[in-house]
Amino acid sequence: MSEETAQIVLTVNGEAITRTVAVRQHLVDFLRTELGLTGSHIGCEHGVCGACSVRVDGRVVRGCLMLAAQADGAEVVTIEGLTDTGEIADLQAAFVNRNALQCGFCTPGMLMTAAELLAEKQAKSREEIRTFLSGNYCRCTGFQAIVDAIETTLAKRLEQR
Amino acid sequence: MKAPKFSYVRADSVEQVLELLAEHGEDARILAGGQSLMPTLNMRLSQPRLLIDINRLRELSGIERRGEHVRIGALTRHADVAGSATVARHLPLIAEAMPHVAHVAVRNRGTFGGSIALADPAAEMPACALSLGATLVLRNTAGRREVAATDYFQGLYQTARRPDELLVEALIPVQQPGCVSVFGELAQRHGDFAIAGVAFHLKVDGRAVTDARLVYFGSEDRPTLAQRAGAAIDGCSLDDANAVAAAESALEQDLSPMDSPHASSRMRLHLQRVLTRRALATAAQRARAA
Repeated sequence: MSEETAQIVLTVNGEAITRTVAVRQHLVDFLRTELGLTGSHIGCEHGVCGACSVRVDGRVVRGCLMLAAQADGAEVVTIEGLTDTGEIADLQAAFVNRNALQCGFCTPGMLMTAAELLAEKQAKSREEIRTFLSGNYCRCTGFQAIVDAIETTLAKRLEQR
Repeated sequence: MKAPKFSYVRADSVEQVLELLAEHGEDARILAGGQSLMPTLNMRLSQPRLLIDINRLRELSGIERRGEHVRIGALTRHADVAGSATVARHLPLIAEAMPHVAHVAVRNRGTFGGSIALADPAAEMPACALSLGATLVLRNTAGRREVAATDYFQGLYQTARRPDELLVEALIPVQQPGCVSVFGELAQRHGDFAIAGVAFHLKVDGRAVTDARLVYFGSEDRPTLAQRAGAAIDGCSLDDANAVAAAESALEQDLSPMDSPHASSRMRLHLQRVLTRRALATAAQRARAA
């Protein structure tokens, strides 16, 4: 069977992109290998670890559980784009302050997921924050500092409203 | 790992999907949310020749009240079911179950119909569909047929859907006054596959239960309606400790829990009893509050 391809037109971090992709290539492989956006990481590649989390049409999804061909017409935001817009600058500062990462492999996915929690603009208990993060694995920190950083950022944002 | 080679069609109409299914049958797989299919492709546990992507078919999405039913389109994302006021009001069992469905990123993409069509034994939506007496609507090129949830789930990943059929929607009876529902599950970590779970729907007349639909999942090869446990509580008050104990005891005959290295058959039966006790206590509270 020959490699079937499809042309896709999409927006990645605000930039219009047209590419021809193998239909079996998943989105995060496309972002990393075709576009050089290596901030999204590939961990388990079967939807368990959350390291490949990206935002598609405004919602966080698993980059390994969606084909690049399915992103035709979509607006994709990766950790690079999210950083550039400054949307989570406060969260990123809190991660640094609180030492909420050690090896950093899970961090882009953690930030993508936490960004969605923060966007809900609703008070959350630590337990609720942990539940929200249940689809993102960290194998270094034990999550305590990650939850601290998100809790602090959320509290500050709710205070400023 | 990377997915094997396959052909891919992004369908523009339901008719096109049905024609492709008629032509390719079991060689084709429907790609909806992909949250279960994509892992099996990446791990090369399945090698379909053709993926039929239905994500552009808006007619397959949406939630609306239709008389005494709520219609949930097969392509409706879990996140949209979770956020639906119609579901919260008329299908509280599903609303209560939804936070247990995987994780936020999976709920954003995974679909209601995909969960029903796959019939994973640990999945929440098949259990809710069975408990609530849902009707599942299938289409092929010859027409449309309705299958009761009772007949739909036939075994481990086995359903009444034929290879040329597409699940298009579920019709779920709205919860009536005087009814209570309770959902509960136990997993090793929030969002993981359930090792035991319950989806109860009970009709309560005054103080007595007049119809108990006690559905168990996670432990069995398919969502399972516990007839004997239901009969044990039928006609009794939810506060009747003897009736609750009899229901728990009867589970031994209703269930044949699966055995796995992380959860033995005996342990799963025990957990289902624990969940039963908790859920019936919650049901009693809800019946009093109603």
